[in-house]
Amino acid sequence: MSTQLFGEKVPRVEDQRFLRGQGRYVDDVLVDTPSATLHAAVLRSPHAHARILDIDVSDVIDMDGVHLVWTHEDLAGAMAEPLPLLIPHPALTHGRTQYTLAKDTVNYVGEAVAFVVADDRYLAEDALGRISVSYEPLPAVVGIESARAAENLVHDDVPGNVAARMEQNVGDAPTAIDAAPHVLELDLSIERSAAMPLEGRGTVARWDHDTSRLQVWTSTQASTGVRAAVAAKLELDLGQVDVICPDTGGGFGVKINHPWPEDLLVTRAAQVTGQAVKFTEDRREHFISAAHERAQEHHIRVGFDDQGRVQGLDVEFWHDNGAYTPYGLIVPIITSTQLLGPYKPANYRVRFDSLYTNTVIVTPYRGAGRPQGCFAMERTIDAIAAHLGLDRTAVRAANLIQPDEFPYDQGLIFQDGRPLIYDSGDYPAMLEKIRKLIGWDEFEQFKAEAEAEGRRVGIGLGCYVEGTGVGPYEGAHVHVETSGKVKVATGLTTQGQGHQTAFAQVVADTLDVPMEDVEVVTGDTRRMSYSVGTFASRAAVMSGSAMHLAALRAKEKALRLAADALEADEADLKMVDGSVQVKGSPSNSIALGTLAVLSNPLRYAFDKASQAATQFSVGDQDKPPVDEDDEPGLEGRDFYSPNRSTFASGMHAAIVETDPETAEIKILRYAIVHDCGRMINPMIVEGQIHGGMAQGIGGALYERMAYDDSGQLLNASFMDFLMPYVTEIPGEIDVDHLETPSPLNPLGIKGAGEAGVIPVSAAIAAAVENAEGFSITSMPISPAELYDLRQRHAEHTSTTSARPPKQDGSGEESA
Amino acid sequence: MKPAPFNYVRADSIEQAVEALAGSSDGKVLAGGQSLIPLLSMRLAGPSLLVDINGIAGLDEVRADSDGVHLGALARHADVLANTAAREVQPLVAAALSHVGHATIRNRGTTVGSLVHADASAEMPLILLLLAGSLDVVGPRGRRTIPAESLYIGPLESSLEHDEVAVEAFFPALPPMTGIAFEEVARRQGDYALCGVGAVVEVDGGHVRSARAGFMSVHDVPVVAELTEHLAGMSLSTQEGRVVLEAAVEHAMGALDPAADVHASEAYRAHLARVLAKRVVAAAFSDATHRAATRPAVGSEA
Ligand SMILES: Cc1cc2nc3c(=O)[nH]c(=O)nc-3n(C[C@H](O)[C@H](O)[C@H](O)COP(=O)(O)OP(=O)(O)OC[C@H]3O[C@@H](n4cnc5c(N)ncnc54)[C@H](O)[C@@H]3O)c2cc1C
Repeated sequence: MSTQLFGEKVPRVEDQRFLRGQGRYVDDVLVDTPSATLHAAVLRSPHAHARILDIDVSDVIDMDGVHLVWTHEDLAGAMAEPLPLLIPHPALTHGRTQYTLAKDTVNYVGEAVAFVVADDRYLAEDALGRISVSYEPLPAVVGIESARAAENLVHDDVPGNVAARMEQNVGDAPTAIDAAPHVLELDLSIERSAAMPLEGRGTVARWDHDTSRLQVWTSTQASTGVRAAVAAKLELDLGQVDVICPDTGGGFGVKINHPWPEDLLVTRAAQVTGQAVKFTEDRREHFISAAHERAQEHHIRVGFDDQGRVQGLDVEFWHDNGAYTPYGLIVPIITSTQLLGPYKPANYRVRFDSLYTNTVIVTPYRGAGRPQGCFAMERTIDAIAAHLGLDRTAVRAANLIQPDEFPYDQGLIFQDGRPLIYDSGDYPAMLEKIRKLIGWDEFEQFKAEAEAEGRRVGIGLGCYVEGTGVGPYEGAHVHVETSGKVKVATGLTTQGQGHQTAFAQVVADTLDVPMEDVEVVTGDTRRMSYSVGTFASRAAVMSGSAMHLAALRAKEKALRLAADALEADEADLKMVDGSVQVKGSPSNSIALGTLAVLSNPLRYAFDKASQAATQFSVGDQDKPPVDEDDEPGLEGRDFYSPNRSTFASGMHAAIVETDPETAEIKILRYAIVHDCGRMINPMIVEGQIHGGMAQGIGGALYERMAYDDSGQLLNASFMDFLMPYVTEIPGEIDVDHLETPSPLNPLGIKGAGEAGVIPVSAAIAAAVENAEGFSITSMPISPAELYDLRQRHAEHTSTTSARPPKQDGSGEESA
Repeated sequence: MKPAPFNYVRADSIEQAVEALAGSSDGKVLAGGQSLIPLLSMRLAGPSLLVDINGIAGLDEVRADSDGVHLGALARHADVLANTAAREVQPLVAAALSHVGHATIRNRGTTVGSLVHADASAEMPLILLLLAGSLDVVGPRGRRTIPAESLYIGPLESSLEHDEVAVEAFFPALPPMTGIAFEEVARRQGDYALCGVGAVVEVDGGHVRSARAGFMSVHDVPVVAELTEHLAGMSLSTQEGRVVLEAAVEHAMGALDPAADVHASEAYRAHLARVLAKRVVAAAFSDATHRAATRPAVGSEA
């Protein structure tokens, strides 16, 4: 048996291609035949809210090189209907989606109004400049405050701008809080940001008249979903549409939403023009017409005892869902359930309003509602500690779910509609690990020394639990070729996570073949037409498990065939390095490729494997060549469908330094303890964690969507939307792992994709608060904002000298 | 994000470039393209003609002599930064250049292009002004030298005529007994600064003889403040010196009009200008003292 690959830091097989610039992305599709491809561009609304009075395209129609120009009026049938609401929910009483091209009104800057296809993108943009639209501007609703005030409405028929109102209860939180010895109230908010993959959206489509088939390449996290949506909207049979997701330059959630208007317009245009049509989104378009996330305001009431044990937690929050709700309530539902993290408040009530604003739509972005929930919960715990004068880790320890309490039922319904039951974990051990890793107990002395030098340093902690690997299912197909090579396919797509490596490890282990012989294909509906998609940290759990199950099926068949060919008992056989061997008799073996030949009764001897196979004979002469419950070929296909999500967890700690003069914030040390069950590839897991943490630092210190009151996005470029560079990320990140296997899947794994981003804002806010001595209740925080807070606290201190502000406190005791 | 149509001329000589510009009312010189191309792509600028000067031989010179540093119009930021002679002759140029963008930007962007582009948040216009350098330009009316003090006439506006090509910039050498310092605060490494301050201080026997500080990103043009009147005769390493410096900086603040944007409020920018000015003038003073000690000028009293 060759060494097991599961758990090894196997270098990523995809890196060779990516690092050499050999990745093939959607925009690379058909580049070799540029003249055969037409290019699309979209005219977008310059207003956040306006009525469309008239669209005049007459200056465009006769332009040389322009093939078509469409407005809403040019669309018919399903294409003229609003886009689908992907995930309806009973609480989403006022769900709204946009039209493919705006009809009558526009509701955010960037909403698609007209569509042009031309010989190249330059001409297409020239044409956009010649379309004239007359708008009657309407008052814009921007930000949660303005949405709640509801002086203006985004949609006339949605009172109060409220898309949904939802509540969940465990026990009786209000009563428990009233009875608690201590009560605090806090207001906590997180601003809007966005996933910002380096590759934007993109779709290429080609219609084949001869076969009446549509071929679509698109940069998506759900190719089967795009396929179904395109088929429905273009009124084609599913069987006429193939969707392929090539290499993808990141998704981070934004590419799970579908169909985008452009997916439908491009595919339809390919059908109409008979030529390939390409849409490659540019960065400004991505800012104003893809999706954002994160904006939420939270009001918290918490009751607790002298040890800081939470007796009742009452959370009300307001979620800014942008102009439409194509992705339902997933983000606020996740906040409302995952806010609890590793803790067990005895009583919990959560209520939220999902509110319309005249801004870009909101769909999940890596972390998907958890960074907000974690921020709210962790700030609350810190406030409790400050209030009681207890160590912040002690208050956490007092509230943790204990290892012997799993499976632990939080009593809530999770985003997948299933009960929120944590499968496994060891939070106290994790807390101990993070304390050691960051040097929690030594910090006070370091802080004192730094202060003596006039420096300000602070330490903070953030803990989370993440439901990963949500269902309903994912499948895999494993095909052993006569060469012995193993071709594997799963339907979900890859955005750079290293699936080609991790899945190959699983299959290579199960079949005991060399990893180089395993080739993994993802996101190609021709290879696997049933799939859900890549989101919710589910790929490894779902497709990884399916890969294992499918490979087991292939293995079963290989053993059965080998037993027949080698005239041995199956129990005496084992898989060794690409062949099946009789135990204890290595010379008595047969290669997997030869078994693949034997598995197919049609045996033209095209290749060496086929010739080699002639020495064996399999099959019962009295039975049909392909037996009743058998199939030709050495293949395995299976689906994995778990009962519930599996729950990963982690704790981050940060030490920051704030410049007493310039208010610049620098991360001195960052430590992470992470538990995603058994790790297929610890190097990939660490890469995911590093990347997630970097994105978290973006969310904590740099990134925001700066909308003005009229709904213009003022920083819609990489010059002003400050995605951190590598220079802004701490050079050394200490990562330690804990592995509590999940009992829910055959490999014991949990998801790791989103984890890194979740607690960063919480940890950094806590550290800045600890350095500054006043509360941090809103993230991200910039040096300008920290300076402003300092000014306000200095004023506050000078005017209320009788009552100095509390150190390290973020809450006010309520009456 | 594709530019609107434009005509394109790749000039082989300065004369040809000037001729092409003179024949168009809104032609633009294309140098490193690091500022111009994004403007074109976002269709924020739509000149009918681009005159590419990258093919003109001999324009990429970086030359340092006892007078100072001479930069041809095609000298890339990276070439200037790497030139040790230039760094010796006028260290402030390199000190500020290392804050300009990132390596990839500096590999293409030209220092002269930056001077012409006249961004009040850019480092090099400020440095030219602070050092009282100059820019040589060639137009249909011949060659002229524009002193830095008359180069920056408005936001993103320099006093070049539309048919003039900048050919050479000159940064005077650092005089003896003189020190420099530069510091900026930017959101991310390589970003345009929220505020940046440079200073040149000349000493005489441990005391300030002359001092000036320059500010970027806190006014719509780069601003240089003369501090000699306030600081002459002071040692800035004493408590008294620091008090005087504070007053001098306060005086300089009067000439600034910081604006708010998505990254910083007016108040924060003004705060940074104060903090950095104090730090940088003091640092330039110690640099001068240090240089005076290690390389005393002939005939100095030290
Ligand atoms: C990501 C990024 C970050 C950056 N960060 C910074 C920064 O921190 N600090 C900073 O100072 N700059 C920064 N820059 C700008 C960079 O320094 C530019 O290269 C520089 O400002 C312009 O030089 P260029 O050669 O690229 O000029 P171009 O872009 O080619 O031209 C700029 C303008 O100057 C004119 N022009 C150029 N050369 C001449 C000439 N010889 N004669 C007449 N007119 C001319 C052009 O017509 C045009 O109007 C950044 C740029 C980018 C893309």
